[in-house]
Amino acid sequence: MKIREKIIEGGLAFSALITVLTTIGIIWVLLSQSLVFFKDVSIVEFLTNPEWTPLFTNKNYGILSLLSGTILTSSIAIAVALPIGLTIAIYLSEYAPKGFRTYVKPMLEILAAVPTVVYGFFALTIVTPYLKTIFPEIAPFNALSAGIVMGIMIIPMISSLSEDALFAVPKTLRDASYGMGSTRYQTAFKVLVPAASSGIIVSIILAISRAIGETMIVAIAAGQQPNMTMNPLETVETITAYIVQVSLGDVPHGSIEYRTIFAAGLTLFIFTFILNNISFYIRRKYQERYE
Amino acid sequence: MNNSQINQIKDKAFQYFGIFCTLIGIVLLVIFIGSILIDGLGRIDWNFLTSLPSRKAEKAGILTAWSGSLWIFGLTAIFAIPLGVSAGVYLEEYGKKNWFSNLLEINISNLAGVPSVIYGILGLEIFVRTFKFGGSLLAGSFTLALLILPIIIVATREAVKAVPHSIREAAYGMGASKWQTTYTQVLPAAGGGISTGIILALSRAIGETAPLIIIGALAYVPFVPTSPLDEFTVLPMQIFNWTSRPDHAFVVNAAAGIILLLGITFLLNGIAVYFRNKWQKKVKW
Repeated sequence: MKIREKIIEGGLAFSALITVLTTIGIIWVLLSQSLVFFKDVSIVEFLTNPEWTPLFTNKNYGILSLLSGTILTSSIAIAVALPIGLTIAIYLSEYAPKGFRTYVKPMLEILAAVPTVVYGFFALTIVTPYLKTIFPEIAPFNALSAGIVMGIMIIPMISSLSEDALFAVPKTLRDASYGMGSTRYQTAFKVLVPAASSGIIVSIILAISRAIGETMIVAIAAGQQPNMTMNPLETVETITAYIVQVSLGDVPHGSIEYRTIFAAGLTLFIFTFILNNISFYIRRKYQERYE
Repeated sequence: MNNSQINQIKDKAFQYFGIFCTLIGIVLLVIFIGSILIDGLGRIDWNFLTSLPSRKAEKAGILTAWSGSLWIFGLTAIFAIPLGVSAGVYLEEYGKKNWFSNLLEINISNLAGVPSVIYGILGLEIFVRTFKFGGSLLAGSFTLALLILPIIIVATREAVKAVPHSIREAAYGMGASKWQTTYTQVLPAAGGGISTGIILALSRAIGETAPLIIIGALAYVPFVPTSPLDEFTVLPMQIFNWTSRPDHAFVVNAAAGIILLLGITFLLNGIAVYFRNKWQKKVKW
């Protein structure tokens, strides 16, 4: 009996260990292939060259032009999702009648359940033609359309995590504020938002990390042309879209073009890794402040 | 107008802005889905569901795509469910509070935030190249299983955590061993929460495109897979392929494919919500 228990515990522990092996696998794969890549391309060139043209005869390996595409589309997404998501969170926690809230929350979560390839289709076939009526000079593939649709996708991420944070603010703070004669608006912005700021910041960081790693929307709607621009009407290429582009083509295994996806992947991983750990740290540090 | 009136106006204004923001996302989604229904609903018929892919948009069908999705769904479930539930149970019931459990916790929270393309790169090097599975169903479902593992683990932990301690004490008091307690008492009590998490995770796997592109799933597969080692395509891949063609007839095909994919996604989410509600009503401690 004792032995059986031990074997079962060992099996369960092994399952948990798989997650550690996954992380080790990711880091090992990215690093080992990137190291070979950096034997051929200097890190200085990788970080400073303004052009990224590994698939052309005149090869340049400057990640900045992909990174700027990622930053541009993610910034647009956050500019859309942050004000809307935060307003929804405040509205649902302070203003909305209880019944309304129980219906609206699952509906908002549907936004997060829609597959990203479907959002890509929306961006390309509905949002871009609509934007063209406002900005006639907009490119058929552009950062604006992809960014806006990505923003819509991450609204529920910000709204539901921020609402949890607002909900966790002790009732005494709320009562004190209303007792002083504050309106709901004043209570929300002068008392609740500052008190819930760590949770709200976590939701924003996670949303940024999600936007940086988002692939299909930008691969479909933003284009495949590395472009160091901050003009949202132009075609850009993100790190993720480049990885997809190479995977769809027939680049020979083991070539330097093939290894570019690992160097690009490593760059992407470093950014999301840092953001995720900051959010984990903030959550840990502040979660028990009011308990 | 005095200060108090200004504050009242601000309060009211924000209330209307709040309603506007809450509804705008949902309204946009309704517009999107409505336009897709208009585009694609007429294209869905028996031929579309049972035909192989084709270079001619009017002849192209979605048979290989949905059968590939079905395979991926089944295989991913087989790999991910036992692993995810075991890991969750281990962390919540067996793990001691030390540096190792702390490391596991940080690690899982990190894995949940790793972009799906990175999982694709991992799958490409490990499953496709090292294990030599090629761009097969097996490589695809292994990759997706790793991708959804953190979701299942977190859901399992939450559900197991919600089981009151008295249930465990009672089982131990009857002389049950740790595993007997877990298997006969804790897991059944946590079943609703775990099922909800599993279904949501699988619905995520069904909609993933990027990792499968990277491991080399093909857009054009002229046969229905018959074994886990066959090459495959899935619904999102087929939709992506049709979307990226300039010919409008293919865009109509993509819209029809999206109706199918959204139908499956919403059905799975509906089942998950049903499980959650049923479980919340049934279990009262």
